[in-house]
Amino acid sequence: MRTVTARKISPLAWMISAVAVLLTFTLGISIGAVSLPPLTVWSEISSHVFGSSSDSTSSESTIIWQLRLPRVLLAFVVGSMLASAGCAYQGTFRNPLADPYLLGVSAGAGLGATIAIFNGSSSSRILLPLAAFVGALGAVLITYSLGRSAIAGRSSTALILAGVAVASLLTAIQTLLQQQNTDKIREIYAWVLGRLSTSGWNDLAIITPYIFFCIIVLLRYRRVLDVFAVGDEEALTMGLPVARARAAIIVAASLGTAAAVAVTGLIGFVGIIVPHILRLIVGNSYRILLPLSVIYGGVFLVFADIFARTFLAPQEISIGVVTALLGAPFFLFVLGSSKNGSVT
Amino acid sequence: MTKLTVRDLQVELDKKLIVSNIHIDVSVGQWICIIGPNGAGKSSLLKSLAGIIPSTGEILIDGSNVRELSERDRACWIAYVAQEPVMPAGMRVFDYVLLGRTAHLKMLATESPKDLEIAQYVISELDLDAFTDRDVATLSGGERQRVAIARALTQASPIILLDEPTTALDVGYQQEVLELIDKLRKQKKIAVISTMHDLTVSGLYPDRLMLLAEGKVVASGSAETVLTTENIAKHYGAKVTVIDHESGPVVIPERHK
Repeated sequence: MRTVTARKISPLAWMISAVAVLLTFTLGISIGAVSLPPLTVWSEISSHVFGSSSDSTSSESTIIWQLRLPRVLLAFVVGSMLASAGCAYQGTFRNPLADPYLLGVSAGAGLGATIAIFNGSSSSRILLPLAAFVGALGAVLITYSLGRSAIAGRSSTALILAGVAVASLLTAIQTLLQQQNTDKIREIYAWVLGRLSTSGWNDLAIITPYIFFCIIVLLRYRRVLDVFAVGDEEALTMGLPVARARAAIIVAASLGTAAAVAVTGLIGFVGIIVPHILRLIVGNSYRILLPLSVIYGGVFLVFADIFARTFLAPQEISIGVVTALLGAPFFLFVLGSSKNGSVT
Repeated sequence: MTKLTVRDLQVELDKKLIVSNIHIDVSVGQWICIIGPNGAGKSSLLKSLAGIIPSTGEILIDGSNVRELSERDRACWIAYVAQEPVMPAGMRVFDYVLLGRTAHLKMLATESPKDLEIAQYVISELDLDAFTDRDVATLSGGERQRVAIARALTQASPIILLDEPTTALDVGYQQEVLELIDKLRKQKKIAVISTMHDLTVSGLYPDRLMLLAEGKVVASGSAETVLTTENIAKHYGAKVTVIDHESGPVVIPERHK
């Protein structure tokens, strides 16, 4: 009898991923208005982390430690969260097109954050993610109940259409609020387009605990996401508490998305692009797909940010615009390749 | 000896009565087959026993109430194979069969070596070794049924519900799947409740038949007592001849003159 093991990430894939992450950080920190040699980057970082001596100048040190590293880390953390949330939504809704942006989650978070900013909460930035979370969760619940009742949850397109409708509605409300508070419109507008330019380490410190927690929760559900693949009815008869498991996954994915969106604004399509490319390479098992989405979601967003910073330098393109430029055509490609827009 | 007892089961969907007044007694090793015309409520009855759709009335296993059990505990007692089991594209046969261990795992746990061993054992037992690495979505109808049955066996429940396990299969696969179910229920002491479409075939393996019409049991007992010209004329609206054959009653539809 041959021994077969459950699906897991191969050592080779781990090695490739480690190299990819190192490369991503090196390039992300090196490339910019002032180009820095990779060696300088790492000696500077090791001097901060391990207290070793560094040969970089003090301005180089400031660029690396105060500007580039927090930005690259923020891009990585947010990319990880958006990709793993997309991946988890896709598993629990059995829909390859599910994405925080398309399900209205981002728009809901946006509305929540906007209300928070108008009420002067931008100073107390702990509340902002919380307001965004409430909005995100509300939006995903509306989307899901609409998409479900529309065609009894059988069609994946119904869910996406519901998401688009909910997102439009929430965005309209958000616009209405903006027009009544024109003094803060610039702040809101910059936020809507998505931004990774940050106030040093602060933003990162605020959202990382939320995101770290949510990613850990989602990773623990990776086997359950594979059980969802056989559909609710059969999953239930196999002993999965379907409603409870789905609720936990939605809450974790929405909380994480909300935290990310609260700081960076609306960055779409990461949750579709990254898991889908991974699906083509490693297959559909969430035991592999979910951890790799965490890694490559981060890698993807750092590279998207490098592009946003350099393509029209010294001008910066909004990161949300870059991911939409890449993601929208990609979405159509996925829609076309998933047979009749149906599941799996 | 595990025993499933169903008393006065009733299923309502959208305020419409689907089945009512159902009584079933089945012990491990026995096979009960539910037959009946289209829309009689066969699948709904099976789904209500599996816990997929709500029902009222008593469902007892060895005297204790199934409704009070958690999803996991219930699944440890009752396994279910759908009429057309969902075969997720890109999933290996091994991983699909392994899903059957869900009932025995805490929600956030992953499989232990023992779970992997059980799945591997069932796969070998059902002669599916050659399929271990195959993508389930590429399997033929007969292979799908066998793989779905393997998943149900991996669940290791003493009661298995099978919704029309052979409807989509040609006669060769039909025989193969039914022989397998028959062997397993005797060897492993499993109680089987199935629905079936083909009347002659339904008389071959199961111990007892239950004829369901418009949500009510209109005849039950041995194949000889249920599969009569009168019953089939009355409830299916079909003109048939029933021939006594050594393996059981053979139902032959007659051509209208």
